[in-house]
Amino acid sequence: MQPSPMDTTALNVVALVSIGAHPTSGRPRRAEQDARAVELGLRLAGEAMQVVHAGDARQEALRGYLGMGIKQLHVLEQPAQADVLHALSDYLLDSDAQLILTGSQAETGEGSGMLPYLLAEQLGWPIVVGLAEVERIDHGIAHVLQALPRGQRRRLQVQMPFIASVDNAAPLARQSAFGPARRGELTVTAANVCPDQLFKEGQLQPARPRPKRLKVIKAKTGAERMKAATAKASGGGGQVLKDCSPTEGAEAIFKLLMDEGVLR
Amino acid sequence: MMLNTVLPILLFAALALAVIGAMKRFAMWRRGRAAQVDWIGGLLAMPRRYMVDLHHVVARDKYIANTHVATAGGFVLAAVLAILVHGLGLHNRILGFTLLVATGLMFVGALFVAKRRLNPPARLSKGPWMRLPKSLLAFSASLFIATLPVAGILPAGFGGWLLAAILLLGIAWGVSELFFGMTWGGPMKHAFAGALHLAWHRRAERFGGGRSTGLKALDLDDPQTPLGVEKPKDFTWNQLLGFDACVQCGKCEAACPAFAAGQPLNPKKLIQDMVVGLAGGTDAKFAGSPYPGKKIGEHSGAPHLPIVSLDGKALVDAETLWSCTTCRACVEECPMMIEHVDAIVDMRRHLTLEKGATPNKGAEVLENLIATDNPGGFAPGGRLNWAADLDLPLMRDKQEADVLFWVGDGAFDMRNQRTLRALVKVLKAANVDFAVLGLEERDSGDVARRLGDEATFQQLAKRNISTLAQYRFNTIVSADPHSFHVLKNEYGAFGGDYSVLHHSTYIDQLISSGKLNLSQHQGASVTYHDPCYLGRYNGEYEAPRSVLKAIGIEVKEMQRSGFRSRCCGGGGGAPITDIPGKQRIPDMRMVDIKETGAEIVAVGCPQCTAMLEGVVEPRPQIKDIAELVAEALVETTATRPAQREAVEAV
Ligand code: SF4
Ligand code: SF4
Repeated sequence: MQPSPMDTTALNVVALVSIGAHPTSGRPRRAEQDARAVELGLRLAGEAMQVVHAGDARQEALRGYLGMGIKQLHVLEQPAQADVLHALSDYLLDSDAQLILTGSQAETGEGSGMLPYLLAEQLGWPIVVGLAEVERIDHGIAHVLQALPRGQRRRLQVQMPFIASVDNAAPLARQSAFGPARRGELTVTAANVCPDQLFKEGQLQPARPRPKRLKVIKAKTGAERMKAATAKASGGGGQVLKDCSPTEGAEAIFKLLMDEGVLR
Repeated sequence: MMLNTVLPILLFAALALAVIGAMKRFAMWRRGRAAQVDWIGGLLAMPRRYMVDLHHVVARDKYIANTHVATAGGFVLAAVLAILVHGLGLHNRILGFTLLVATGLMFVGALFVAKRRLNPPARLSKGPWMRLPKSLLAFSASLFIATLPVAGILPAGFGGWLLAAILLLGIAWGVSELFFGMTWGGPMKHAFAGALHLAWHRRAERFGGGRSTGLKALDLDDPQTPLGVEKPKDFTWNQLLGFDACVQCGKCEAACPAFAAGQPLNPKKLIQDMVVGLAGGTDAKFAGSPYPGKKIGEHSGAPHLPIVSLDGKALVDAETLWSCTTCRACVEECPMMIEHVDAIVDMRRHLTLEKGATPNKGAEVLENLIATDNPGGFAPGGRLNWAADLDLPLMRDKQEADVLFWVGDGAFDMRNQRTLRALVKVLKAANVDFAVLGLEERDSGDVARRLGDEATFQQLAKRNISTLAQYRFNTIVSADPHSFHVLKNEYGAFGGDYSVLHHSTYIDQLISSGKLNLSQHQGASVTYHDPCYLGRYNGEYEAPRSVLKAIGIEVKEMQRSGFRSRCCGGGGGAPITDIPGKQRIPDMRMVDIKETGAEIVAVGCPQCTAMLEGVVEPRPQIKDIAELVAEALVETTATRPAQREAVEAV
């Protein structure tokens, strides 16, 4: 369902974009998820949406976003390896943004996926992870669909303004065309630079794929195997804590992490 | 004498109207963008282009060629003489007799035109075109009778008022069709626009036996240049003139594989839609076959309106443009030498470069080309994996070689790797001094360009050219006709001029210079499928056949072979845009192949191989010429290391 334009064109949507890297060649490109965030923004607010990048305006790959039909891309000038969090939150606080869209995780740099959370914390806004669709907005409340694993969706209501990150469940980004990419404008503003201490001192090493939990298949018949393959992932031993105090909750989580060997 | 007073008025009035119409029509063409033409030289060359080049195409259909010579020749002569005799009153017996001969000739021709129209094939347009033979007959017969007194065969004033009136009516009908109908948009427009189109053709190199098939480059350095064609007025004015020259003979429609497959494309209708666009109006008057699956009368356009509307109807639907395989069968058949493919790619350019609306897998393929230099998005570092055990000489190491073997993106395709390995075996057996670019090679840009992405094409082209500029070689040899065509005909505009050969041509040269020791092909009967980009684009029909002959294969020719070869469906990015039809083009081609009873179809193109092998079995086997030659190689006693490796390879 396409939201009717009446609801959303006046919406002040900002998409935060980064420089991506192609998975097989490693060449710079528009980042896949960030482009999906822009796509979602374009569907909501049309060309009135804002696209913001904190980094180097000379990166040609930024034009990949302009090619989606955006007239202007706002660049907050930041040196490589700066912590862009503060520059972004300063900018966003002044921007009347009602909805901020980001990808879930950058394809280059630290790629920790922390930015949307840290930003939400700094701004004090709610965050929706894995936004798939904005259904409608009334009286400042957005009715959205959140993507869950295996194609499931959860309907949420969020008070605006809020931050939402998108992953591959969001609509595929439209093609980036050469003409609009060439015409589009990159407007550059200086912004406070905050060096990223960790990134400066730390060392980068290639990621190793995270080991997968062994799946013990107990199924005897084909039908059972099918069921096991398609069923919701369920830890089985999980425990739902409701109406407990923060301390109890934290203790339960701590215990679980100890049991799983994440913390020692 | 009524005739003697009224006829001149009639003739000159018709001529005056014709001139006014011509000026109006000319102004319509000139709405298009500027183009460099040789105004005078073109006009001077026009008669020759008409009588030699155009006739060469028309003469493929003897019936209509003779008919046209009689009718058109008779008419031109009759028109000139009629103006002299009846217009200026030069009542000279010799002129009179000549005029009688001319009108007689025209009448006979018109009878044959009428005969074809008795039961016209589907490709011909009906509507006003059904009226044309009658107009021709009326004009020639009336003029004939009216001239009899001049020749002294009948007394002046014979027949009285009634006959004179009838004759006048006949001539009036005739001149309105033939004189000013020519410039006001009737069927005879083809003669007027056609003559000027020949004079100011956008690819004058095509005349005099030349060939001009490379797409024209867009000037991307100038931000003012429109990126392709959005509105009819974005075509160059001589392209508009070209569209106007169409006689609606439907030869293009009959040859078009997309039309036959029931995809929503008919090259003839497309050209007529462009005519609608340049003049403004709807397609309701079109009296030929529609785009399969699309009703006539629902589309309209004007010079200043977009041709394609992405969310509604305009002049042409986008899927019509994306159905084309750029096989050039239409251009090859067109007696008016109209350039359909140029027009289609021009309009695609706008859709891709401005609208970002390349359908289906298009966007993904283009993104891959930008990010990985190959359409499949494979890691660029794997480009030479197919030859990991072949120890191929690299240009980077050698710097210099006789032959630069252009591998192409088939390097990433397991089926095509067999062809490539076979070709390496042949090259090594002939002791050719060759080398490959290896990881320095990039996609040639063929598919990007045909999908309208001129920017990506030019990037790839420029990078390839600067790579090639580092090395010294005499010839580029490629087993991919698409790379071959692009390197040979489309890199020149960017400063890359090379001698490029298709592997069949090169193998043919190796054979005739005695460098290959070949046995005879065993058994199976073979037919050969001409790839569009080798045949129609580059005129190479002979070499593949002579290579096959050298290994003892007598090709069982398909009915549609040589310049009439039917496309496999794999060109122009058609498998990527994948516009649905009623059947698939490769299936239709396989029917052609099966009709010959051949067990093997020899091919010379990775696209053709992939498309034809995609047809469900049982079907003949598909083998590249390189594979057939490699199978026929006789292992000589020599113990060259290269030879030993090649034996293991295939
Ligand atoms: S190039 Fe081929 S597919 Fe395209 S319109 Fe012409 S005949 Fe049809
Ligand atoms: S475009 Fe050429 S081949 Fe096609 S109908 Fe017109 S004149 Fe005939």
